[in-house]
Amino acid sequence: MSAGTYTPRPGAAPVGRMIAAQALFETKMLLRNGEQLLLTVVIPSLLLVLFSTVDIVDTGDGRPVDFLAPGVLALAVMSTAFTGQAIATGFERRYGVLKRLAASPLPRWALMTAKTLAVLVTEVLQIALLTAIALGLGWSPQGGPLPVLLLIVLGTAAFSGLGLLMAGTLKAEATLAAANLVFLLLLVGGGVVVPLDKFPDAARGLLELLPISALSGGLRDVLQDGAAMPWAELGILALWAAAGLGAAAKLFRWE
Amino acid sequence: MKNESVVQVRGLVKRYGSKTAVDGLDLDVRAGTVTAVLGPNGAGKTTTVETCEGYRRPDAGTVRVLGLDPVADAARLRPRIGVMLQSGGVYSGARAEEMLRHMAKLHADPLDVDALIERLGLGSCGRTTYRRLSGGQQQRLALAMAVVGRPELVFLDEPTAGLDPQARRSTWDLVRELRADGVSTVLTTHFMDEAEELADDVAIVDAGKVVAQGSPEELCRGGAENTLRFTGRPGLDMGSLLKALPDGTAAAELTPGAYRISGTVDPQLLATVTSWCAQHGVMPDGISVERHSLEDVFLGLTGKELRA
Ligand SMILES: Nc1ncnc2c1ncn2[C@@H]1O[C@H](COP(=O)(O)OP(=O)(O)OP(=O)(O)O)[C@@H](O)[C@H]1O
Ligand SMILES: [Mg+2]
Repeated sequence: MSAGTYTPRPGAAPVGRMIAAQALFETKMLLRNGEQLLLTVVIPSLLLVLFSTVDIVDTGDGRPVDFLAPGVLALAVMSTAFTGQAIATGFERRYGVLKRLAASPLPRWALMTAKTLAVLVTEVLQIALLTAIALGLGWSPQGGPLPVLLLIVLGTAAFSGLGLLMAGTLKAEATLAAANLVFLLLLVGGGVVVPLDKFPDAARGLLELLPISALSGGLRDVLQDGAAMPWAELGILALWAAAGLGAAAKLFRWE
Repeated sequence: MKNESVVQVRGLVKRYGSKTAVDGLDLDVRAGTVTAVLGPNGAGKTTTVETCEGYRRPDAGTVRVLGLDPVADAARLRPRIGVMLQSGGVYSGARAEEMLRHMAKLHADPLDVDALIERLGLGSCGRTTYRRLSGGQQQRLALAMAVVGRPELVFLDEPTAGLDPQARRSTWDLVRELRADGVSTVLTTHFMDEAEELADDVAIVDAGKVVAQGSPEELCRGGAENTLRFTGRPGLDMGSLLKALPDGTAAAELTPGAYRISGTVDPQLLATVTSWCAQHGVMPDGISVERHSLEDVFLGLTGKELRA
């Protein structure tokens, strides 16, 4: 390289361009990671196909796929916004990526915006795939798109807050273990593939307050039963989102 | 421009719990120069540099970087500086080249990424993910990330740790090219030769304090006795030579024809000796100067080996 190559010409790229570049980069990293794909794509798809075609769990009246598709969509949102994001962010923190980015021109809020966009892009891909599979299995969704969109956005906010809270406070290994464990527990106890009315009444009352139950229940109200707006579920998700994001903003440690 | 301070640290104190990592440290970095912060493990080098980068808030003292407060004015400062952390900083699943391209996109007017990859010898591993790069390749990628945004000032925390001799030299060359193009550099190192080779100014740090500061020459000279040796015709008049030399210099013929001069050996003294030889028709053979290295200086100042 010739003289003058390194002559200083410092400056940040326009913030919109930085966010777009960062979101694209984070999405690439998410989609490249094999373990992440197992959680976000393989497991939800397998559950959908398996439980729709083999009579393992009694899903109540109606066709199994009409019950399962909303649950699996909720699971997909959780797998990306919570599990995947917690694990990825935990290791980014551990390997100094967040620290290094903090010294770059990218402001913190822009990084968080980009992360959210990456999560949303991944969710769109997941939802497209799962919807195609469900339609292939004979799914006939009811209801309108607006409540579904609202549920997914609030669900994403709630799970992101909880995922970032975990990633920003625990060690990366602890986050890895805990995020997977929570994924598994909520998969079973969150109305994803097992209807909550299979649980005893006392337990059910509590389980219904979980964000995953609110999301799967709300999606089912709309997509299976044609409800106009599942206010109760939206309310629960909004509370989780406020609590999770608020706690993450306060407690997240960058190093 | 050359005398303008780009980093100004005054009385910096930084504690971690009850441990005082930096204990009243002063540091000045002149624009367009290379400053080496030299010291053993745990001396407080990283803590000092990271305070300048805005990662840590001083417990006492003031830090100004490019005239800004690194914490309060972080948003304005960060686009102007380049940072190489002592370790890490890259997504473990990212490929070397795409990581560098991504960093470039965060800047308004970045360097040509292909040329930079070529310059740092990363071409052969551009498609390798970070976790599969060798330690030295990871170091070079981190260095590339520090300079890709065309910063005015770069902070390099042990840029040559773990590099083979060739890569080390190539990193030195890059730092010199940065200086030639007007970039100011602060680097930390354990290596004496690195500081002597590269730095315009050296700050020797021990236990959180600067124990000596100056150009490598000043530090090596600083009061220490150096030696000049040469051989020539036996029986030269040492008394006449001494008259030409500054006070406090000693001259002796050790064995017939082998001469030793001890004192403050600087270019001036060397010139005096050779011109005296010329006047007396002596061809001084095998002139050698044994200067005290920074290593000796450090040992003398702290009683410790540098590379603990
Ligand atoms: N985050 C931290 N928490 C507690 N103590 C710390 C922390 N960072 C550094 N220290 C302590 O502060 C002192 C100075 O550390 P620092 O990393 O600044 O040294 P250094 O000169 O960079 O050393 P090295 O050459 O090993 O990189 C050390 O005793 C270290 O143990
Ligand atoms: Mg260090």
